[in-house]
Amino acid sequence: MKGWEAFRVALDALRANRLRSLLTMLGVIIGVAAVVVVVSIGAGAREQIESQVEGLGSNLILVVPGEAGQRGAPTVSRMTLADEQLLERVVGDPAAVTARLSSGERIRAGAASAFTTVHGADADMPRVFDRPLADGSYLTATDVDTRRRVAVLGSRTAEQLFADADPVGRQVTVGGTRFRVIGVLAEQGESFGVSQDDEVHIPITTAQRILGVDRVDAFAVRAPNSEVVPAVSRQLHAALKERYPDQPFSAITQTQILGVIGNILGLLTSVLAAIAGISLLVGGVGVSNIMLVSVRERTKEIGLRKALGARQRDVLAQFLVEAVLLTTIGGVLGILIGVVGSVLLDRFSPLPAAVEWWSPVVAFAVSAAVGVFFGVFPARRAGRLDPVVALRTE
Amino acid sequence: MSRAPAIEAVDVRRSYDLGAEQVHALRGVSFTVSDGEYAAIIGPSGSGKSTLMHLLGCLDRPTSGTLRVDGRDVAALSDAELARLRNEAIGFVFQAFQLLSRSSALDNVALPLLYRGVPRAERRERAEAALRAVNLGHRLGHRPTQMSGGEQQRVAIARALVGEPRILLADEPTGNLDSRNGAEVMRILEELNAVSGVAVVLVTHDAEVAARARRQVRVRDGLVELDTAAANPAQEPVPDPARGGRVAAAGEERA
Repeated sequence: MKGWEAFRVALDALRANRLRSLLTMLGVIIGVAAVVVVVSIGAGAREQIESQVEGLGSNLILVVPGEAGQRGAPTVSRMTLADEQLLERVVGDPAAVTARLSSGERIRAGAASAFTTVHGADADMPRVFDRPLADGSYLTATDVDTRRRVAVLGSRTAEQLFADADPVGRQVTVGGTRFRVIGVLAEQGESFGVSQDDEVHIPITTAQRILGVDRVDAFAVRAPNSEVVPAVSRQLHAALKERYPDQPFSAITQTQILGVIGNILGLLTSVLAAIAGISLLVGGVGVSNIMLVSVRERTKEIGLRKALGARQRDVLAQFLVEAVLLTTIGGVLGILIGVVGSVLLDRFSPLPAAVEWWSPVVAFAVSAAVGVFFGVFPARRAGRLDPVVALRTE
Repeated sequence: MSRAPAIEAVDVRRSYDLGAEQVHALRGVSFTVSDGEYAAIIGPSGSGKSTLMHLLGCLDRPTSGTLRVDGRDVAALSDAELARLRNEAIGFVFQAFQLLSRSSALDNVALPLLYRGVPRAERRERAEAALRAVNLGHRLGHRPTQMSGGEQQRVAIARALVGEPRILLADEPTGNLDSRNGAEVMRILEELNAVSGVAVVLVTHDAEVAARARRQVRVRDGLVELDTAAANPAQEPVPDPARGGRVAAAGEERA
């Protein structure tokens, strides 16, 4: 019997039991669709983060305590505002360095209140991070020097506290201290359904007083252009290392951030895809189970086919092709559902999703392999049936 | 043309191991079936006639002795070679028809040719011719469930003959049919035997059916009790072997 003849015979058998075939495929359909969707979400997330990090500008360098990529407890910063001049000398541009101290705080405005991230910042922040204002003005050097109690709101925080009203000139309370709102930052949008505009900026000196510390969490440095980023980053590191010989520092560039995020996302996607893959495996077990039932039900047919001249391998091929057809048809349906699901998710949910060209290809190959793997056992059993015994079965 | 006999059995034995016990289903059976013969194997249930039928159909191998079907030693063939021998030399007709209920009459009849590697167009052509030969030319696309028992058995006969075998093995072919349909099936078998020269071996316990065969082989307790071929070399139709009076044939019994 030729290959395509086995294909035709198997297809007829599946058609004869349409509902059962569909139900058997369901496990594979769900498994494949889940894998395709998870991989798409992983790829979409990576694309989104890459575009966001790129939006920061490729010449941004973040100076933080601790060694990036190292395990262990996070290091408490020993950097102070005094270090800013050191870094400014390295870059050769005082406006290219900005300090930051962050803390989660509750902010109130009259009856309205919200939990938000309070950033202690300085006048150079908008230039270094490329954050334009939507309204009012940003913190000035004088605000920082005199520890003024003024605040600039993120667009979402402004909306939460003041709804449609203009916040500029109004009062807010952070940690029991009253601040006057002097500006609102332009909207940045969402990332993974989380707003990037849920924040309050106050002078870093004021923040240090409220929190009772004199440290700085991080410095952000904008290099003159992307070519000098590695050199500047090395110099920044060396300068700080000289001042704090016993404290590790990291100067993280955008490329490194992308690398780290890529690794984390890759790992996360693999884990999720593996979990989704388990359902594909369970689907395979279902196929195996139904094929065994089918072999039992069709024992007489197998006996007859053998009496008429079917060899062991003809019968084996018939049932193996049937199992592989079940999983590959299921695989194709799963791919369709997965691709359509990914597109819909991307369009109608906060989750980004981008279908990777290779995921349907791999999904199809894997479902075919599942069919072979789980189909061999029932098919061998069918092939080995003794025709005398098989014909006698009722 | 010195062709080997269609079937040649010499001291064929078949025993089964049932745990500690050995069951001897056939205890030394010898006979020969030539081309064009029309023989009935008869015997009570448990006599070993089913075992004999399976051996003649190359579905099983003898424990000892020599069984040649179409000149080939069944015991020496592999499973795949046996399958091929069944496909080419033997046509089966079963009591319960054994048709694939999902397939049309045409596809059922074409099935043996599928396993012979005959191209699809030729399979359909030959299957159609075989169905016409059993007067079912008008039922090609019907499924077994849409046919009467007599028609189903005629489809089965067409399937047995489509591969032009040397031997047609019929196991109680009229067992599931009423007398009118049974007679029709027997008439077709006799006609085919006469026209195409295929050797027909019937296994039956129906004395009337057996009586229509030119030769009777009576099996009892795993042995051939009576073989009218030896008692009646001319192979004349025997009127009624079931009604005693043939004790003389006991000499044929092999110990």
